[in-house]
Amino acid sequence: MQRTVLLAVSLAIAAAVGSALAAPVNYKTPDEVAALKPGPNLEVVQGNCSACHSADYIKTQPPMKDKKGFWQAEVTKMIKVYGAPIDDADVGKIVDYLAATY
Amino acid sequence: MFDRRDLLKGAGLTALAATLNSTKALALDTVTLPFANGERPLVKYPQKRPMIGLTSRPPQLETPFAIFNDGPITPNNAFFVRYHLSDLPYDLDPDKFTLEVKGKVDKPLKLSLKDIRKMKATEIVAVNQCSGNSRGFVEPRVAGGQLANGAMGNARWRGVPLKAVLEMAGVQSGARQVTFNGMDGPVSDKTPDFIKALDIDHARDGEVMLAYGMNGEDLPFLNGFPLRLIVPGYYGTYWVKHLNEITVIDNVYDGFWMKSAYRIPDTPDNAIEPGTAPKATIPINRFTIRSFITSVPDGAKLKAGAVTLRGIAFDGGKGIREVQVSTDGGKTWVSAKLGKDLGKYSFREWNLPVKLPAGSHELKVRATGNGGETQPETPRWNPAGYLRNVVEAVRVTVA
Repeated sequence: MQRTVLLAVSLAIAAAVGSALAAPVNYKTPDEVAALKPGPNLEVVQGNCSACHSADYIKTQPPMKDKKGFWQAEVTKMIKVYGAPIDDADVGKIVDYLAATY
Repeated sequence: MFDRRDLLKGAGLTALAATLNSTKALALDTVTLPFANGERPLVKYPQKRPMIGLTSRPPQLETPFAIFNDGPITPNNAFFVRYHLSDLPYDLDPDKFTLEVKGKVDKPLKLSLKDIRKMKATEIVAVNQCSGNSRGFVEPRVAGGQLANGAMGNARWRGVPLKAVLEMAGVQSGARQVTFNGMDGPVSDKTPDFIKALDIDHARDGEVMLAYGMNGEDLPFLNGFPLRLIVPGYYGTYWVKHLNEITVIDNVYDGFWMKSAYRIPDTPDNAIEPGTAPKATIPINRFTIRSFITSVPDGAKLKAGAVTLRGIAFDGGKGIREVQVSTDGGKTWVSAKLGKDLGKYSFREWNLPVKLPAGSHELKVRATGNGGETQPETPRWNPAGYLRNVVEAVRVTVA
């Protein structure tokens, strides 16, 4: 009989734990640390790139020999593939900033 | 002299500054991965121990490599994290979570988490590895997440076979593929949502699983809570997180993340001449075979005499037949003792006692799978930096 009581108690605890686990997640990520480096047209880059991803996406890319070609390809990819709404007039400014700064 | 009240006030301000400026406090330290521009912050996220921070929005976290020496199972709080798109379901309510199964099925389903948990559960130990794991080592370097070897992990997954759910829904004749969508999505509606596809026979093989459990606990949020796809032996790109939409289709899915991204050259070893472009490509699929020394980091200084080398090996699902170790830079090889077999999709531990005399040594490890597949001496190259499985080397100095 004691065992039955114990079982009932542990089932009740399991149920309580089960419902406690079912609360909404409300997951909080730490604040962003990485910032874009100072450079020409910084504000254009901030305005166009920061809506979709943090600055560390840029900062962690490998050092390439053809910096301009590399960053031109990346910006083109962001526009053509990921649909980034970047004005034609801003494309050159962004590529210049990236090639000069990273 | 100093006024005690001023000191207290100062301390209070410092504490306040620390609270407001929590971002700084969270960058615990930095690590430098062994390739150019490899400096990374160590970051602390909820449910995670300090991890190597690749990006913060969306979050991408790499496992510090030393953890792989602790055992064949990667702890949940050390398991790597990879997202593509920044709109994560941070506030999701597991009580309201619904998995929808639709498309070419007789009976479309809407299953709650409780419905899924009531079904007969299965478990499998399987490695999940990011397609871009080790991309930072690729030469010539290529764009993408610059990871060292820590975007992989091995866990015991618990859930229900996808096959069982598809049978409940009743797959119609003419079905060719099944697509998988999770609750995470793009910030802009112009960005293609992250949707992946498997061939219908693969989806129904009984091994592909919808998992809610990981190493005896719920999935951590960043690893796909409350439900993710498990595709044993396949790269992590298919392991869709926060999975809430399964669609059976009668064609081959042509969305961006299958048709254009995650493609490998259609050549015999999926490699091409470094720096060139492939003529034809196919979707990335099974892991290449890999092995690592975990007990000794590169550049370690050891004492002369007996030491037991340890490590792990895994492949795309045939299982590990043999692990060989060289202590002379690859001139001679000795078979290591394999650890417990946790299944053909798991990390397989290995160990080998060796005696190292004073001097410099290059230690190498090479695995062979049950299908005879082994690791190349020189790296194979593809434009996205996938599939890396060159024989790994660790240089040590013995004194």
